[in-house]
Amino acid sequence: MSTGIPKYDPMLDRDPEQLGALAISHNALIACPECDLLQRYRAIPIAGVARCPRCDFILYREIPNSIDHALAFALAGLVLFVVGCAFPLLGLRFGSNLVEATLLTGIGELWSQGLAGVSALVLLTCIVAPVTHVGLMLYVCVPLKFGRRPWRVDLALRSLKSLQPWSMIEVFMLGVLVSMVKLAKMATILPGLGLWAFAGAIIAVVAAMAVLDLRTVWNKLALCR
Amino acid sequence: MMGHPGTALDAALVACGACELVSRAPLGYSDHRLACSRCGAPLHARKRDSVTRTWALVIAAIVFYFPANLLPITRIETLGSVEEDTILSGVIYFIQNGDWPVALVIFVASIFVPLLKLSILIALLISVQRKSGWWRKERTVLYRVTEKIGRWSMVDVFVVTVLVALVDLGALANVDAGPAAAYFSAVVVLTMFAAASFDSRLIWDCYADGERNR
Repeated sequence: MSTGIPKYDPMLDRDPEQLGALAISHNALIACPECDLLQRYRAIPIAGVARCPRCDFILYREIPNSIDHALAFALAGLVLFVVGCAFPLLGLRFGSNLVEATLLTGIGELWSQGLAGVSALVLLTCIVAPVTHVGLMLYVCVPLKFGRRPWRVDLALRSLKSLQPWSMIEVFMLGVLVSMVKLAKMATILPGLGLWAFAGAIIAVVAAMAVLDLRTVWNKLALCR
Repeated sequence: MMGHPGTALDAALVACGACELVSRAPLGYSDHRLACSRCGAPLHARKRDSVTRTWALVIAAIVFYFPANLLPITRIETLGSVEEDTILSGVIYFIQNGDWPVALVIFVASIFVPLLKLSILIALLISVQRKSGWWRKERTVLYRVTEKIGRWSMVDVFVVTVLVALVDLGALANVDAGPAAAYFSAVVVLTMFAAASFDSRLIWDCYADGERNR
């Protein structure tokens, strides 16, 4: 469902008295992040989407119980992710040899082969960024659920937003599937417990990101002490 | 920099890049030393030096794109024989084995997406520098796509990670990562930074006389 937003008229909002003050905020105004068109916030129906009338960017959504659902998905995602990291992802049987590997085995192997940069990048995108990202979601949502403002929530939410593109567990999963096909020709591949946990973690983390609306979080925070 | 009537820039307002709160910039505001009152992020009406930074990152990515595709990405040792694979020879291997869906995934993620991303960014940069008024909405959508698809290029790096971890059977079979893995990672990271440093609002900033906001 798409709802148009009334066009902003700067003449309605011109207040010369405020011009000298430092960064006076306007919570009822929205500037489209992609085309800068100014618009007024308007309530939209539940499960509705407000798009920029000029460039079609999704400005905000009205997600029912956004914080509760994000909290549940993030918690499930974190537990499944820890299981996924701790148990073998895949096993390889070649004759009488059996090799099992976790994600950390791969990162360590890249490091020992002299590709420190690649190793660090995989560590960042598959472990550090996803764990921190989900951890920050919990850090913000748990106190918010009880009407409290988490310590340094400004920093937490800024980090949450900048980490999001670097969390690539779903891309990693595609990589695992491709390598399974590649190796299936030469050996027997045994999916491990870690693989199933990872698959679940991806669904939970993607769902948590989809239901968490940062505008709702900021608005709720404004009501907390 | 002139904003079109109806933009935040035109109304002397600045939207925070991190939390999207709209603030009124004080008189004499010079795009420096102004922080968002809600989240503390530095406020800038437009991303700083967007065009220059994006060009620099795009050019760096193009430079790394060549060794990433020409050098081997994996080195497979099986019973004494050594086989080196580049990204393209890996795709050809899958086609020859009849695994064309996998060949397509690798081709799209590793060869097509980085090239598409770099071409779109170059086209956007040139159009912004020429203050083009054509296809504004479509160019904004192109930018949005570029920002979203870049991460999927990492697939090949993750395939190499799994292969080196799993195929470690001593003299029987062993896989080592090649130098292209490092160059290819650099291409992905540089294009991700390039997409993030481009400011799509620049597409909407120049308006010819008489052109009205729809």
